[in-house]
Amino acid sequence: MAGLTAARRRLRPTAWSEAWVAGAFVTPAALVILLIVAYPLVRALWLSVHDVVLTRPGEAPFVALANYARELASPDFWAAVQRSLVFTVVSTAIELVLGIALAVLMDQPLRLRWLLRSLVILPWALPTIVNALMWRWIDNAEYGALNALLTQTGLIGSYQQWLSNPSTAMWMVIVADAWKMTPLVAILVLAALQGINREQIEAARVDGAGVVSTFRYVVLPLLTPTLLIVLVLRTMEAFKVFDIIWIMTNGGPANETQSIAIYAYQTAYRAYDFGRGSALGYLIALAIMLLAAVYLRVLGRVGRS
Amino acid sequence: MSSTSVGRLGKGRLGALATAATILVAACGGGATPSAGPVTLNALFMKQAAYSEENVTEMAKAFETTNPNVKVNLEFVAYDALHDKIVTDQAGGAGTYDAVLLDAIWPAEFAKAKLVRDITDKIPAEYKNDVFASALAGGEYQGKFYAVPWINDTKFLFYNKKMLADAGFSAPPTTWDELLVQAKAIKDKGLVEFPIVWSWNQAEAAICDWTQLAAVMGGPDFVDASGKAQFTGGGALAALEWMKKTLGDGLTNPASTGFLEEDVRNTFSAGSAAFALNWTYMYNLANDPEQSKVAGQVGVAASPGMGSVATSGVNGGMGIAVTANSKHPDEALAFALWMASKPMQDKFAQLSLPMWKSSFQDENITNTAPELFRAANTQFTNLVMRPVVPYYTPLSGALQVALQEALTGKKAPAQALADVAAKLPDLQK
Repeated sequence: MAGLTAARRRLRPTAWSEAWVAGAFVTPAALVILLIVAYPLVRALWLSVHDVVLTRPGEAPFVALANYARELASPDFWAAVQRSLVFTVVSTAIELVLGIALAVLMDQPLRLRWLLRSLVILPWALPTIVNALMWRWIDNAEYGALNALLTQTGLIGSYQQWLSNPSTAMWMVIVADAWKMTPLVAILVLAALQGINREQIEAARVDGAGVVSTFRYVVLPLLTPTLLIVLVLRTMEAFKVFDIIWIMTNGGPANETQSIAIYAYQTAYRAYDFGRGSALGYLIALAIMLLAAVYLRVLGRVGRS
Repeated sequence: MSSTSVGRLGKGRLGALATAATILVAACGGGATPSAGPVTLNALFMKQAAYSEENVTEMAKAFETTNPNVKVNLEFVAYDALHDKIVTDQAGGAGTYDAVLLDAIWPAEFAKAKLVRDITDKIPAEYKNDVFASALAGGEYQGKFYAVPWINDTKFLFYNKKMLADAGFSAPPTTWDELLVQAKAIKDKGLVEFPIVWSWNQAEAAICDWTQLAAVMGGPDFVDASGKAQFTGGGALAALEWMKKTLGDGLTNPASTGFLEEDVRNTFSAGSAAFALNWTYMYNLANDPEQSKVAGQVGVAASPGMGSVATSGVNGGMGIAVTANSKHPDEALAFALWMASKPMQDKFAQLSLPMWKSSFQDENITNTAPELFRAANTQFTNLVMRPVVPYYTPLSGALQVALQEALTGKKAPAQALADVAAKLPDLQK
């Protein structure tokens, strides 16, 4: 017995060599992260506190927080923030409501439930660019399917310019985004629904609660942790929205759909002011971190209760 | 080289090699091409319809044949990417490209930022004498030349001959008032719902249309010499208010505020418009039966005038510039001059109008598209530039938003332009 333990001791690596092996495995990944994440972050921070305009090469004076101050004082910046907030709140609300409804539907013992679940995944599986292009064609003023459908069913009188009319452009972008992301919400909520103990629902029914009351007072509270996670994911994603708006309307018409990310990109590349662009990037990141902090607080409280 | 191999060569052979090398260098030196070895040029061009990638490649190959020690690598990008690619390449320090294609609105910005070279003294006399002054202006800034003019282009008036004939008009309009009368008649006869289509999207295309209109409605000077805004009044404001009125009167297709040049071409080619302003390239495509329903009915004329101004045209030309960081500036310039030379331009005259005045007198060339050449001959002598200022890109961006706000009814035209004027000092930084 003692001989076996001694042999095992010789074969078992010491703590030191274990650390070296672990380090060797981690190093490549750490280097990649350093290069791809850390360096750009630091460089962007450096750019944001200097006055860097690409068409004035060679000059990069240190300006401390002047870029940040300039942006925070700019009405264009706050207008873009407001648009991003509108997009975030409305699209997330639509996705939550429709997602929960879809999830409840998919939870029912239907004959073709498998078909429904497969079809629901499809919008989410589309690449964002493809989704944006598809909706751009659907909303097209001259040949769009939306115009054709609405005029042929008599809902509108003539073809509308959905994407070039300032009052409808933002709505069309929200619809396109909600159509794509609702399946994600639905799937997450479905998973949560299936984890709910059926006995609780039956108990409520036995006590005389109707379908709506059961849902409101029994199911919804049990779904809250999942809903909060979905809320966090969707708001953080929606606040940073860029590609779907860029493809569909390019930030127009008359900057009506210019989200904060598009505003940052256009500042950096229209005037080649990389200092201001980087400052904007950091401001957006700070806003999202703030949102995340708030959510974690609320989630923590919900988790404890 | 190790000492062993030198020893093996022997002093005699080494001496012969050295002599041969010296003769080679001496033979190549003292001329326009100082380098003894092959030179590779990297040129950046734009993806477009006229002078397609095949055409440009053909021209470059012809250059390589006559200059055997030079090889040209061509790269094509979309127009939107062209500006950014040049700036990031030169200002970022990479210096990949030797020759780049410039839009007429960029020489001021690039010259100030020292991204392209001053080639005023190197342009041969025949270019300065025989090329349309408007084409030369496209590469000029403060009296110096920064680009060899290559494409001269402006927006012509395209009209549907059949629709005009059906409405009782035998000739295209020569003034904008006449055009509105013809458009209204066409609309009243039910031939087409919205007779005029434009490219008024939030893009440079809208500024082009606006400049062309402003030039006949009071003057296209948007910014004066001291940098003060002139676009809040005069021709600029009049043109914007005119544009808005045509929308309100139902003569301009309301979808125009979301259209670019390709959308204008598609709408016109589908027979959904009687009048359109567009670049030269549309002429061939609108007359191509495979791409257009109105092939054979397409007429082209010089852009209408107003009052005492007979016609106008926005300078949409492009030139080839030699980059500041280029290691082979002489070869790059030779390449640019070759591409712009009269033989090359005449060879491809059917695709893009030549910029040589003598080509317009040559019947062999003008007979390929007599209507187009006639319109161009008139308009090319009346081209106007958009503001030749180094801060043109941000200025244009702000003006594009203002045009959209006015045309979509978000703000009154005067208010929209005044708001940009208030921002002007900020944009000029």
